Formats: sequence, structure tokens, C-alpha cells
Amino acid sequence: MNTPATVPTALEKRARAVLASAAAPDARVAAQEFVAQVSRDAAFQLEACVRCGQCADACHFYLVTRDPRYTPVYKLRPMLRAYQRERAPFAAVKGWLGLPPAEVTAAELAEWSELVYDGCNLCGRCTLACPMGIDIAGLVRRAREGMSAAGFAPADLYKAAERALDSGSPIGVGWPTLKRQIEIQEQETGLDIPVDVEGADYLVILSSIEIAAFPETIGALARIFRQAKLSWTLPSAGFEATNIGVQIGSRDVAAALLARIVDAAERLKVKYVISPECGHAYSALRWEGPNLLGRPYPFKVVHIVELLDQLAREGRLRTRGKDGRRLAFHDPCQLVRRGGITAAPRRVMRGVSERPVDMPSSGEANFCCGGGGGVSAIRRAEKLRFAAFECKKQQVETAGAEALVTACANCRNVLEDAIDDYHMALPVLGLTELVAQYLEPVAAKASP
Amino acid sequence: MDLLEFARGPALWFSLFVLVAGSAWRLIAIFRLGTKADLAEPRSTRRLAGALRGIFVRMIPRKEFRRGGKLGVYAGYFYHLGLAAIVFGYLPHILFVERLTGLAWPPLPETLVYLAVGPAIIGLLMVLMERLTDPVLHLLSGLDDYFSWFVVFLPLLTGMAAVSGSYPQPTLNGAPLYPLPLAIHLLSVELLFLWLPFGKLAHAFLVFMSRGVTGVALARKGAAL
Ligand code: SF4
Ligand code: SF4
Repeated sequence: MNTPATVPTALEKRARAVLASAAAPDARVAAQEFVAQVSRDAAFQLEACVRCGQCADACHFYLVTRDPRYTPVYKLRPMLRAYQRERAPFAAVKGWLGLPPAEVTAAELAEWSELVYDGCNLCGRCTLACPMGIDIAGLVRRAREGMSAAGFAPADLYKAAERALDSGSPIGVGWPTLKRQIEIQEQETGLDIPVDVEGADYLVILSSIEIAAFPETIGALARIFRQAKLSWTLPSAGFEATNIGVQIGSRDVAAALLARIVDAAERLKVKYVISPECGHAYSALRWEGPNLLGRPYPFKVVHIVELLDQLAREGRLRTRGKDGRRLAFHDPCQLVRRGGITAAPRRVMRGVSERPVDMPSSGEANFCCGGGGGVSAIRRAEKLRFAAFECKKQQVETAGAEALVTACANCRNVLEDAIDDYHMALPVLGLTELVAQYLEPVAAKASP
Repeated sequence: MDLLEFARGPALWFSLFVLVAGSAWRLIAIFRLGTKADLAEPRSTRRLAGALRGIFVRMIPRKEFRRGGKLGVYAGYFYHLGLAAIVFGYLPHILFVERLTGLAWPPLPETLVYLAVGPAIIGLLMVLMERLTDPVLHLLSGLDDYFSWFVVFLPLLTGMAAVSGSYPQPTLNGAPLYPLPLAIHLLSVELLFLWLPFGKLAHAFLVFMSRGVTGVALARKGAAL
């Protein structure tokens, strides 16, 4: 089972308490959490803003709407005010003088919910542009802690978080579904797909979207790992890589979900956990995880793209033939700009692409697909998300790409939706599957 | 005590005291907020290199962000460089600092300093116009932004008045100017000192902290700076 233990842990209880806040939004709780979120580094960033507005020109939501409210730093207003009122260096003096900034109100937070969630993918493009070096995306992530703890996050995200806590998956994909998909992939590939093998080197986890919409990824991994002779396993519990907790911005929800993966990895005594093709799952597991749980991991986290790159360079991943279309790599923000994996996916793609092309500002300054940071799970944000795709569309057209390749199932889903909405004909491929398609054939011998 | 004596004496020392104490207070108060150690395994442990890269890389916008954006992207260089040339390169300013601290350095040629006044003023006027007219800047701006602009612009104006043709010109041995405009110029600079620690002008030092901490955090992940 991918579900929680029958007796909820302290982590699970705290996570459920956050969800309960949706029933009674409280601006005071939000303000307290905003203030608590402003650590030394966050304060240096908040205080350094010179209101130059340059971050607006980096944000696709502003670029497509020209609505100044989508200016990245403006999304931080309530958090900034709470901090200035209660914690900033001269807050006490302003209080004595009777000049404290106004308290944040419920009406204001309800308005900002749209800016902080629907209007931000946590993509970090603004962070890259800010001349003061302010990590605006990181601060929006912090602001979401206050919003989610106080009942001001979108209802869809609370519901998805509840589903994730109940069933293990934000879209309700449980072990029976995964088991079925594994069986289908075993039939299609003729390979055994190992489950719960204790002492395997690599633990593979997946995102719900992969399990539900792109199950071929499982077969692709099996074929790649067979060729590379890796010892690997899937877990029957703790296989869900996505983490709605980091999207809604609740460390308690995030920690409760993450603990399930860490439990699986520790139970099966693996050396590595492979983060699948999902940007925010990588961010949650690789960068936030140890801080959420308050301890370093006894295993290493490697992204599937890093592993493919490493295997190819070691000669353990051999391909034959290449895709002849003009393929452009769409950079998942959490992997590339925020995650530091820029060169690896391009190297891997070039191995199987005859005509790779680059989109303008590709790599670290790439535009988000529009659905990252939980936006794809918010129904009311759909129109805005499709509008934001305009930036991506222009990049695709300038590059003359005939197909997109990416390494994030959420990007893939969101791109496909938007491409549909814009009546474009542009296939979107997963990098792992693409590589598997061109694997050098081996004698058909079923072994793990 | 006449106005010049006041401006050179108690007003100067008081404003310098507020400048130093206010800035120290702001920095120390932020430092005291503390931060938790990051437990995720870093890609790079070179913290200082990350901080320095963060500080220097952001001096010039990445090529993707150079076009189609705010005028301020360019005007910012005009007045920052222009003001730097005037403040640190103009001989009477160096002599003034030398009298206070004993520190001196070679001046810029006087013509160059006078030439720097143009870009500084034009740059400042451009960013003010943009702040008043651009919807994004208009939305972001508050009293701090306009007052900070004013206290930077004022010393430029009073300084120009002090050296304009209507008064005796400064000489190489630092002979005093006509006292009233000089006193007004000094007082306007002191207003700048008094305000600097409390508003956005503190970015003069906070910029290094902000870029530095972000540089460390992003370098830790091997992410783009
Ligand atoms: S770019 Fe940076 S300094 Fe300028 S307004 Fe945005 S956050 Fe503030
Ligand atoms: S993180 Fe991305 S979506 Fe969010 S404000 Fe910044 S540029 Fe816009």
C-alpha cells in the first residue's frame, strides 16, 4: 500500500491540521506564519528590493497579461507587510511612533491567493532576473506556507493534498493501479519488473501522472536498466514521487508525504533513490526533503536524467539510430533553472536526436510550461495557464521545433493540454522513453 | 554659529552617527533572525565562491533579460556610475573626506566629473518618469521610493548650484566656496545620510547581502546564478 499507516504519525496529524484550516481561514495565522518564514536570508532579500520592476519582465504571467499585479515581487506584498509590521529592524520604532504598516486582512489574502498560487509556477525566472539577487520564487514558496496554514490556498490544492494523504497520490493512483501497469509493462517488454527487492542498489519511484498517463515509462526503465545491468526495485508502498505539500506550500504535508518514500528506501536498504521525470518531485526529494525531515538521508538522490547521462558516458547505455525530427528540449524549471541539471538532458537527447534545436533563451532562462508549482492542479487557473503558454509557443515557433522532449511528466501533460488548446500539432516526448526507443537491441532474454 | 559651521560641525557629525548606527542596527537586526543549516547534500560546498559569483554576476543582466524591459535597466548604470564619478572623483569631495578621515586618493579630471553630471541627472530623471508612468513601477512604488529619489537628486542640484558660475569657483587647495550654497549642499547630503539606513537606499549595502545569500543557496544546488 502507498497509504499511511493505520495509526497516523505525528507528521500526518500535523499535515491534516493544515488541511483543516481551509474550513476557517484566519488572516492572523497567516501573518504569524509569514513572519516565522522570514529567516535571516529571506529578510536580506525582502529588504533589498529597490522596486525596479525588472522581475515583471521575466514572468510569463505578467508578459502575457500585462497586468502589473502579476509582478513577481508584488506577490509577496502581504508577507512583506506582516514582516515589516512585526519583525523588521525598525518595526518596534514604527510601532512606538504609531506608524506601523497595516495588518494583513482576510480580504487581501483571498485576493492574493490568486496571485501566489494561480499566478506563480515557482519557476524562478524572476529570481534569475532580479538585479538585487532576490530569490523571489523561494520567497513565494515561503509565502505559501502562510497562505496554506491559514486556509487561503486554493480549494483544489487542499483536496489534492487530502487525497495524497489518504491514498498516497494527489490524483488517487494507488498500488492496485501501479500493480496493473507493472503487469502490462512486463507483458509488453518481456522483462520482470522487480518490486520490493531488499538490498537493490536503486529504488525507482514514479509520479502519478507517469503511472496513469505514461506507463510506458516503467517499461522503458526496465529495458534501460537491463542493458545497464543495474540492480533496482520499485516499492509497493512509498512509490509516489510527487509532493503536493511543496506545491500548496505546507512543510507539514510535504514532510508527511516525503516520509513515505524515505521509509521505503530505508526499509529496502537501497543506496540510491531515483527521482523520476518530474521537476517538483525532484526539488521536494533532493533539496527540501532532508530539511523537512530534519535529518540527512542514508541514501543518495539521483535524477533519472543524471543517471541516464552517467550510464551513457560510462558506455553502459548504448543506443542505435536517431530521431530525425527537429527536437527541442523543454527545460523543466525545477530540474534545470532551480535544480542545476542543465547539460545532462541535452547530452542525453543529442545521443538519440539527429537534429536537436534550441529554443530562444533555452536552458536556465527557459519559460515554464505554465503548470508548475501546483498551477496545473488548480482548475480556476486553467485560462491563465493557457494564456501563459503563449511565451512557450513563441519559443517553439522561433526554433521551428517539430517535437518537444522533456523530462517532467507534469510539463508533458501541461504542454499537451495547451498545445491542444492552441490547435497546434506538436508531439511531446518523455526523454527516458525516447532513449528506450533507440536502445541497442539485446538478445531477448528476460532478466531483471 | 553660522549655517556653514553648523553644516560642517554638529549636523555633519549627527548625520554620520545616524548613518552608521542606523545601518548597523538594520544589519544586526537581520543577522539576529538566524537561519537553519541546510541538510540537503550540496552539489558545491564553495560558499564564498557562490556568494562572490552572486554579487558580481548580477552587475550585468543576463542576455535574455536585456531587451524589451524597463528603461531603468540602462538608466540605472547612468546614474550609479555618474554619481560614483562625482562623489568619489571630484577633488573637493576628496579633500573633504581627507579633512575628516585623513584618507585621500587621486581625483578624476575635472572635465570628466562635470561630464558625469549629465548622465547622472538624465538617468535619475528617466527613472523618475518611468516610476510615475509605468504601471508596474507605479504599483510597486511608495513614499520611500519617491523620497529616496528626492534625497539623491537634491545633493546633485545643490552641488551644481554651489559650483555654478554665479559663485567663486573651488580651487585646487580646497579654498572654501561661497558659504551659503556650500552649507545648503552639505545639509542636503546630510539629509541623504539621515535617510539612507531606513529606506530603500540601504540597498547600498543590502545588495551585497541579498545577492550573496542567493548566490550561496543557488551555487549549493549547482543552479543558475
Ligand atoms: S527585480 Fe528585484 S529589486 Fe527589482 S522590483 Fe523585482 S524583486 Fe525588487
Ligand atoms: S517564479 Fe516564475 S511564475 Fe512565479 S513570479 Fe517568478 S517568474 Fe513568475
